[in-house]
Amino acid sequence: MTPILQLDHLSKRYAPGHPPVVNDLNLSVSAGELLTLLGPSGCGKTTTLRLIAGLEQPDSGDVLIGGRNVTSPFAPPERRGVGLVFQDYALFPHLSVLGNVLFGLSHLPRAERLPRARETLALVGLTVFESRRPHELSGGQQQRVALARALAPRPTLLLLDEPFSNLDAQLRHATRQEIRSILRAAGTTAILVTHDQEEALAFSDRIVLMRAGQAEQIGTPHDVYTQPRTAFVANFLGRSNLLSGTADRHMARTALGIIPLQESRSGPVLVSVRPEHLRFTDDPAAPEVTIQAHEFKGHDITYTVTLDGNRQELLVHGPSDDLRPEGSRARLSVTQPARPVQ
Amino acid sequence: MTRRRPPLALLLPALLTVAGVLLPLVYLLIRALGAEGTELREIVFRSRNLDLLANTLLLTVGTLVTTTLVALPLAYLAARTDLRPRRALMLAGVLPLAIPGYVGAYAMIAASGPGGTIEALTGLNWPSPSGFWGALGILTLFTFPYLFLNLHAALRAQDPALEDAARLLGRTPAQTFREVTLPYLRPAWLSGALLIALHVLGDFSVVSLMRYPTFSAAIYQQYTAAYDRVYSAWLALGLLLVTGAALLLEARLMRGLHLARVSPGGAREVRTTPLGRARPLAWAFVAALVGAALIVPLGTIGYWLRLEQNPFAWASLWDALKSALGAAAIAAVTTTALAFPLAYIGSRAQGRLARFTERAAYLGYATPPLAFALALVFFSLKVAPPLYQTFPLLILAYTLHFVAEAVGPIRTSLSTATPRLEEAARLLGQTSRGALARVTLPLIRPGLLVSAAFVFLSVLKELPLTLLLAPIGFETLARNVWAYTEEAQYAAAAPYALALALSGAVLTLLILRRERRPTPRPPRPPKEQA
Ligand SMILES: Nc1ncnc2c1ncn2[C@@H]1O[C@H](COP(=O)(O)OP(=O)(O)O)[C@@H](O)[C@H]1O
Ligand SMILES: [Mg+2]
Repeated sequence: MTPILQLDHLSKRYAPGHPPVVNDLNLSVSAGELLTLLGPSGCGKTTTLRLIAGLEQPDSGDVLIGGRNVTSPFAPPERRGVGLVFQDYALFPHLSVLGNVLFGLSHLPRAERLPRARETLALVGLTVFESRRPHELSGGQQQRVALARALAPRPTLLLLDEPFSNLDAQLRHATRQEIRSILRAAGTTAILVTHDQEEALAFSDRIVLMRAGQAEQIGTPHDVYTQPRTAFVANFLGRSNLLSGTADRHMARTALGIIPLQESRSGPVLVSVRPEHLRFTDDPAAPEVTIQAHEFKGHDITYTVTLDGNRQELLVHGPSDDLRPEGSRARLSVTQPARPVQ
Repeated sequence: MTRRRPPLALLLPALLTVAGVLLPLVYLLIRALGAEGTELREIVFRSRNLDLLANTLLLTVGTLVTTTLVALPLAYLAARTDLRPRRALMLAGVLPLAIPGYVGAYAMIAASGPGGTIEALTGLNWPSPSGFWGALGILTLFTFPYLFLNLHAALRAQDPALEDAARLLGRTPAQTFREVTLPYLRPAWLSGALLIALHVLGDFSVVSLMRYPTFSAAIYQQYTAAYDRVYSAWLALGLLLVTGAALLLEARLMRGLHLARVSPGGAREVRTTPLGRARPLAWAFVAALVGAALIVPLGTIGYWLRLEQNPFAWASLWDALKSALGAAAIAAVTTTALAFPLAYIGSRAQGRLARFTERAAYLGYATPPLAFALALVFFSLKVAPPLYQTFPLLILAYTLHFVAEAVGPIRTSLSTATPRLEEAARLLGQTSRGALARVTLPLIRPGLLVSAAFVFLSVLKELPLTLLLAPIGFETLARNVWAYTEEAQYAAAAPYALALALSGAVLTLLILRRERRPTPRPPRPPKEQA
């Protein structure tokens, strides 16, 4: 089956001589998939979406939508069948909620437009607000209007540019869940852009970790979290302790002693150990640490500790029923094989 | 956040402003109704009234149409296309404001017809502008900048994501302009259009020179020639009614237009459209406009300056300059002083009080100057005869009329001097007066200076109030341009016109540097986000 979207060696710089904002990006998205572009601010996520939507032209490389090359010859945005939910929603202030949703339906026969718009508004639960103006709605409601407006024409591909970033934490969580199930129910293929790792993990079938215009790693949330390929990925998706050491096949000698590795390596190596894979122990052979600080999280406690040997700081998750005071001493053991990273 | 009631010392100026404008107008009403029954009926049902009304409305609507046809394309070229240099386009859009309508009319008359500049230089007999088309053309050329500035600012400020969104929802660029950009421009158009309408309604000079009778022209004629007091009062009332209707209509159309960006966020720069092969056409449009609005007037003034001069005209240039500058300077100070409390309340108070002060400031500006001047004449003659045709009364009229112009810049600068800073000063031991003097006033000094400059230059150009209220023998640049033009002494008018155009250019450059609209209308208070 041809993928819904394919990016083929896509590159873009905004001005000659400037570094590329998107740099030789390759990506393929299949029907019904929910994909997330995750990366720090400024890494080129928005630009990637704008290239897909036809709001920018690439310097080189191709965008294929449904197997059709839309970069050469260049197809303008109105002929790509792509929906976009803008970060600040970009609702038309001179139109009502219903007017905004109807705006994209002019290609439908007249009789079908209103039912389709109402149906989509019902999907996002905003039917009662249809005659309001955008500025009379709360942030979360505006967000859902923007989604309804983009969904109503049934685009083959929906792009969402940090759509939750203007919402407060609680609303953000609820809206995310809601929108995910709406997209699933409609069977829509969607690309979500975010710089929030928790959002990426919760939302997507696959994550693309972007860094400086390139895809650093692509995979399911589980795979990317448990098997980060680089130190950047290990730290951007969740928190991680990075230790240098010397590997000999499935073992490595590090400041935490000899620890098991997920994959065989040899020679100098950098390994990532998640805080939840460290545990306080009574084993007298385990390395000793001093507890510097603790953050109570409710379900557990995150400790910042320093290793006695090289004074390296480490993060450790401990159970919440066993609070260890700052300044006290403890020993650490590793519970899972560590991940060698680049 | 709590908002305290502003002190009475600040509220009083607002009340005095309202009283200062309304009392004379009430007196005008009394005067108008004071006639005998038969005389009254004869005046009110004169068929000429209907002609004046029709002419006034026709000219106002016509000017709104033509100024839009000029201002919108120019604003679009400057804001959204790759036509360069952009600064030249901005100057073309703003500099015509430097030329008062009567100077423009003078220049057009002196340039055309037998013996005019055009015939003298090229041998072509260019017909003299007159009547409806003449008035329409001249008012268009010298008032379109009000619309240009508003439309340009709006076109630059529009969130480009709106147009992107329309494209993604299937619209072509042309459809996007019609369905998204034009509706977005409506509030900017409305407030610019209101300024132009007020200007056209209040103008008596251009229409008089073009011999196109409108309410303002008729009032002036009554005042100078016939001087039928009751009839002038009725004409002024008619003009006030039309103006009030225009204000109501604008407020009505503006209602519910809330077109600001709905949510803040990553604002992108507006994109520019490459003009491609339309470029020569665009330049031709700009060149024609600059030719008509700037080169012809300035060229004409220059031409007449080189001709043999009436020695009397030059002799009084220095006196006129001195008295004009003096009056302008004094009015700048009094007006800014009155504007400060109005702006302060407008920006710090909320709800009804803020709206009240905003309207108080606007009232004097919206009242057609001839009607206001006439009302002041009647009022002073009846209530305080020694004040009639005195300098203090003239300054009072300037102050009440131009205070709205001074409020805008002060309000803008007040947004940097937030109440937080005054609160900080209070916690550091200042009294509320001390906080105002030591924190707020120094912070808004640039705004005060801009306000004073605006008023200074406006008073310099002002004609109707000066004509009706100035003391006998009080000559100003504006008054002399007008007097000599009325007598067809074009060479004698030239030095005064040049001095005015140059001082107008200073105002214009000030506006351009500030990159703000010169409109005296204070910004509307932002609505709360839902
Ligand atoms: N229109 C533009 N012109 C020039 N530079 C731009 C433009 N848009 C974005 N950039 C730059 O490109 C980089 C990537 O931007 P963007 O794609 O918006 O990143 P992200 O969405 O990941 O935060 C940033 O450094 C940004 O400053
Ligand atoms: Mg972005």
